[in-house]
Amino acid sequence: MGLLSKKDSKLILDPLADNNPITIQVLGICSALAITAQLKASIVMAISVMAVLGIGNVVISLMRNIIPSKIRIIVQLVVVAALVIIVDQILKAFAYSLSKELSVFIGLIITNCIIMGRFEAFALGNGPWRSFLDGIGNAAGYGLILIIVGFFRELLGSGTLLGFQVLGDPIQKTGLYAIGYENNGFMLLSPMALIIVGLIIWVQRAKNKDLIEE
Amino acid sequence: MAKNTDKNSYTIIFAIVMVVVVGSLLAGVAQGLKSKITLNERYEKMQNILYAMGVNDNEGEGDVTFVPTDKVEETFHKYIKQQLVIQGDDVTENEEAYLIDLKKEETKAKDSNYKRRLPLFIGEKDGETIYVIPMRGKGLWDAIWGFVALDKSFTVQGVFFDHKGETPGLGAEIKQRYFMDDFKGEAILDNDVFKGITVAKGNNDPINENKMDNKVDAIAGATITGNGVTAMIKKDVRMYLPYLKSLNN
Repeated sequence: MGLLSKKDSKLILDPLADNNPITIQVLGICSALAITAQLKASIVMAISVMAVLGIGNVVISLMRNIIPSKIRIIVQLVVVAALVIIVDQILKAFAYSLSKELSVFIGLIITNCIIMGRFEAFALGNGPWRSFLDGIGNAAGYGLILIIVGFFRELLGSGTLLGFQVLGDPIQKTGLYAIGYENNGFMLLSPMALIIVGLIIWVQRAKNKDLIEE
Repeated sequence: MAKNTDKNSYTIIFAIVMVVVVGSLLAGVAQGLKSKITLNERYEKMQNILYAMGVNDNEGEGDVTFVPTDKVEETFHKYIKQQLVIQGDDVTENEEAYLIDLKKEETKAKDSNYKRRLPLFIGEKDGETIYVIPMRGKGLWDAIWGFVALDKSFTVQGVFFDHKGETPGLGAEIKQRYFMDDFKGEAILDNDVFKGITVAKGNNDPINENKMDNKVDAIAGATITGNGVTAMIKKDVRMYLPYLKSLNN
């Protein structure tokens, strides 16, 4: 990353692995469980969170010196909620079919604890550019886990990826299904998402022993 | 600039200014986009009604494809010959029947003196008259709604379902082709008695070969949404039967 100084690129790269919001900070678990039954939904959620967190971090960072500390949480909430509503309205007006598909996800962004977490922990104490990078980085780290979980849940649960039947047709018994393979319906339920996140945490900590807490 | 941001007066003024700024911003955005959004919603309703009666751009086995938005108004008026509002024994023609809000009608109908307005769309496709009935019910998390298209012999010509917030991958699948296509050809009467269509688990007919059993195969993991669809069809289609039967006599 020639464009960014070493310190700045750390802001983007750290949350992807060693300081991942889901697997290390254990934030944003709720939405990771709720919406990862399909790969497409995971990707869409990752992009939406990236947009809101990137812009929100900049807004909060610009206002950081004038926000009264007593009501800062409320101010942060208002900023996220306003951003989400504006995005939702614009989508409804100019990309109606897309907004139909996103439906609940847009609203769910407000409840994502990563957003409030980054506002509180980073944007309130740093400049706009660094806050922007931090927002993008954390959203990317979040999105990465979402996509990994979504990939396995859709593949093993429905036998599809992005809606395409990659393992054959379960009703006509073609492809893998011809030799007796069955979809695992349990994969579509939320507990399986938690187990996959757990497996990712395990793999990550096994590879990097520094991450293991005493 | 060392401002004392901890003072109560500052906090209150900040809060007031913030509320006014954000409030007017949101109101401005909502107001500015309102006309476009309502138009989109109208087009969507037309697309859904047309979809149920089999007028759509579906190709092969793929996704749900509606009539494109720029042609929907024209197509709607071409295929839908009549829009009726049934209110008790009164049947009136109403060009705006598709805009009737089923939710509001349902609430008003709780008052037993109120005669519920029932919109009905009469279309014609390939020389056949098709009756499209709107429905509204409850899924697992939130509202579900849809349209069912019947021909004169009360056989389903097509359906359309949608939902507000069912679980992706499970209940949300009711708006997928494979689920909706299953309803085609299914009968809603059994020897002249209204049965509706049951979304059934374990009916040993996953490819839906038996069209007379009033049953389609359920989606695994979406029991409550499926039951919601069953209940919605039973509840809302039933109300139209007296009128539809009177047409056949």
